[in-house]
Amino acid sequence: MTTLKKSYHIKSRDFIRAGEASIQIQTLLKSLNFNPKLIRRVAICGYEGEMNVVMHGGDGSLSFAINADEMIMEISDDGPGIPDIEKAMQSGFSTASDEHREMGFGAGMGLPNMKKNADDIIVESEKGQGTRVRMVFFIDKGGGVR
Amino acid sequence: MKLSEIVDALEAAVICGNNHLSKEITTCGASDLMSDILAGLSEGCILLTGLTTVQVVRTAMVAGVGAVVFVRGKKPPQEVIDLAREQELPLISSPYSMFVSCGRLHKCNLTGLDGRR
Repeated sequence: MTTLKKSYHIKSRDFIRAGEASIQIQTLLKSLNFNPKLIRRVAICGYEGEMNVVMHGGDGSLSFAINADEMIMEISDDGPGIPDIEKAMQSGFSTASDEHREMGFGAGMGLPNMKKNADDIIVESEKGQGTRVRMVFFIDKGGGVR
Repeated sequence: MKLSEIVDALEAAVICGNNHLSKEITTCGASDLMSDILAGLSEGCILLTGLTTVQVVRTAMVAGVGAVVFVRGKKPPQEVIDLAREQELPLISSPYSMFVSCGRLHKCNLTGLDGRR
């Protein structure tokens, strides 16, 4: 049963607002008294995901649901897609531009960092077909310590 | 050490967050790569950077960074300061380079994000 669901629009190349959705989710989770370590993992995944969409993905969306024993975050975009997902999951592999790097991103750490922080991640993409990333975070008794 | 002691060690200017200077800081991360900070054990650390974009403040918020130090006397644009103030994130401007700022803080016994020094 879904107890709470939020969704946000992510605008392509909007570097000023990128990350706002993740900060809002972080604020929401803090107000609901979830474990700080779990909140941090969720916020980092959302933020890296938002930056990926803004940098590479065309327009997109982030949806977030809190269920009884897990949180689910889905980030999708209608961008150019990822031709080789396995390569994109490798730390350091990047197709980012100098513009992205000047802002402190684009070092090929986004997807690997999302994989590290989520309890489960599925990346679906094809060239020209956009990208969908689904992440699950377990709300266990330990409170998300990894 | 207290944030106020870090401000003294760097002979720095406090841009905002004057009421948070008693905050205890034990670790330091110095990077212009925000992904490094997001991937590291950056909770409660002080972040030294030469970047002054709004994404530095967002990274700090998401990662739980304790305070941000801009090196080489840099000052961020007003909208960045406004966001930091709203989020109660202290912003500090060090007149020294990244290298010298780090050296001064290392001398004060701050460790890296992984606790090593």
